[in-house]
Amino acid sequence: MDSKEIFDKVVEILKPFAKNEDALASIAMETSIMGDLEVNSARLVDIVLEIEDGFDIEVSDDDADKVQTVGDAVNLIVAATG
Amino acid sequence: MSSPERRVVITGLGVLAPNANGLDAYADALRQGKSGITHHPILEELNFACQVGGIPNDVEQLQTQYLSEEELFAMNANMIYAAIATMDAWTDSGLEVPPIDSEEADWDTGAIVGTGIGGIDTIADTLGPRTQAGRVKRLGSTMVEQIMSSGNSARVAGKLGLGNQVSTNSSACNTGTEAVVQGYHRIKQGMANRMLVGGSEGHSHYTWAGFDAMRVLNRTKNDEPEAASRPMSASAAGFIPGSGAGVLMLEDLESAEERGVRIYGELVGTALNCGGHRQGGSMTAPNPVSVQRCLRAALKMSGLDAREIGAINGHLTATFADPHEVDNWSKALGLAPSEMPLIHSTKSLIGHGLGAAGGLECVAAVLELYRGFVHPSVNCEDLHPELEAYADRIPHECVDIDLQAIAKASFGFGDVNGCVIFKKFN
Repeated sequence: MDSKEIFDKVVEILKPFAKNEDALASIAMETSIMGDLEVNSARLVDIVLEIEDGFDIEVSDDDADKVQTVGDAVNLIVAATG
Repeated sequence: MSSPERRVVITGLGVLAPNANGLDAYADALRQGKSGITHHPILEELNFACQVGGIPNDVEQLQTQYLSEEELFAMNANMIYAAIATMDAWTDSGLEVPPIDSEEADWDTGAIVGTGIGGIDTIADTLGPRTQAGRVKRLGSTMVEQIMSSGNSARVAGKLGLGNQVSTNSSACNTGTEAVVQGYHRIKQGMANRMLVGGSEGHSHYTWAGFDAMRVLNRTKNDEPEAASRPMSASAAGFIPGSGAGVLMLEDLESAEERGVRIYGELVGTALNCGGHRQGGSMTAPNPVSVQRCLRAALKMSGLDAREIGAINGHLTATFADPHEVDNWSKALGLAPSEMPLIHSTKSLIGHGLGAAGGLECVAAVLELYRGFVHPSVNCEDLHPELEAYADRIPHECVDIDLQAIAKASFGFGDVNGCVIFKKFN
């Protein structure tokens, strides 16, 4: 799976949680998950679980805490899936 | 806001019931004596003695009109029922659901939507198994908001921007009626202008299992679901579990008149008490003295003569207690059987909604008052012998009648009682 495919899959995971439709429409690697998409901070836990399930990886709490942007999530998945 | 003369009226109603969703459909179903009780295969698979119950229909199609995908991700049936009925009561009272990005809070409106057992399905299906398996991390973020008792009211507060008291009461099967009483006092005391009040209950078989084990559910009509809920009948053999939500918008009269909205009726009498598990009362049986005191207190507060009460929407579940309840009404109102108002049971149509029952039945009572009818009390053609003296007071067909007032009572495990009296608004 290349970065573009991972990006698209991450966007699909984020979609139901995003409250800012405009930010979702122009989503990019640098888009902030909480700041731009206005995802409720509590739901980051659920997004990480869906990433784990969707990409069959395990995400440590420390790595999960570092995810701020869509790019952070994509890069974390790229690293984990080798 | 503070004035001792404040009057409390009903300006909105919302309902999600086993026999209908929405007010017009609910009123029609009540009038027609339409049952919402059906057979549920899961109860048979799990060896329940009672395999029938009342569950609102078509909610999956309905819920997306009210709730976003993200909201539904964190909601169980109890919360969804409460949200739909509460939002309907809000819009029925002439208010608009605020946009999601609105920053305005409505400081004068609150919600007390009660529940009996609430999110037990979330606990049983997800929280317990995953925790026991050492998979706490896999619980995700939504467990607390789904199992906290106040989750049903809290979700609605966010949808509507409520800024007054938002909480969830619980008093078993008296819950919904208790919420109405609590909301009344908050408005009466000048602490709120509007209160969304009532009750909700999910349809989890985990909720119903405990009652099945107590052998208080009717196990004799699994092949005849619509005949299973039999309040006041000689063949009553236990109640039928139900679910759903019923919510009323209570409002200060001045506020309602300023807004120029429809008024369904006035809430003129309210009472709550407990029998203290004395004088025949227990955790599961009512103290008749406390029941009569509760009914009398509501009547006294209303200022009405007992003969002005045109109908009683009883608690009447189809257990051994039905004849005792009717006897208590007769004594409390000081009326001989032949002088009694029409007495009927909404549970005969929708089963016993537990924490939702008071809400579902108060909505029924207000619709009956406003639209001028008393719905049939079905499945009691074989009237209980102790109720023979009341035979012509129990309608088996819908009665069109210009009601001036209707009384509604609920009783619950814990020996708790609630009574409200709605009066035609003049």
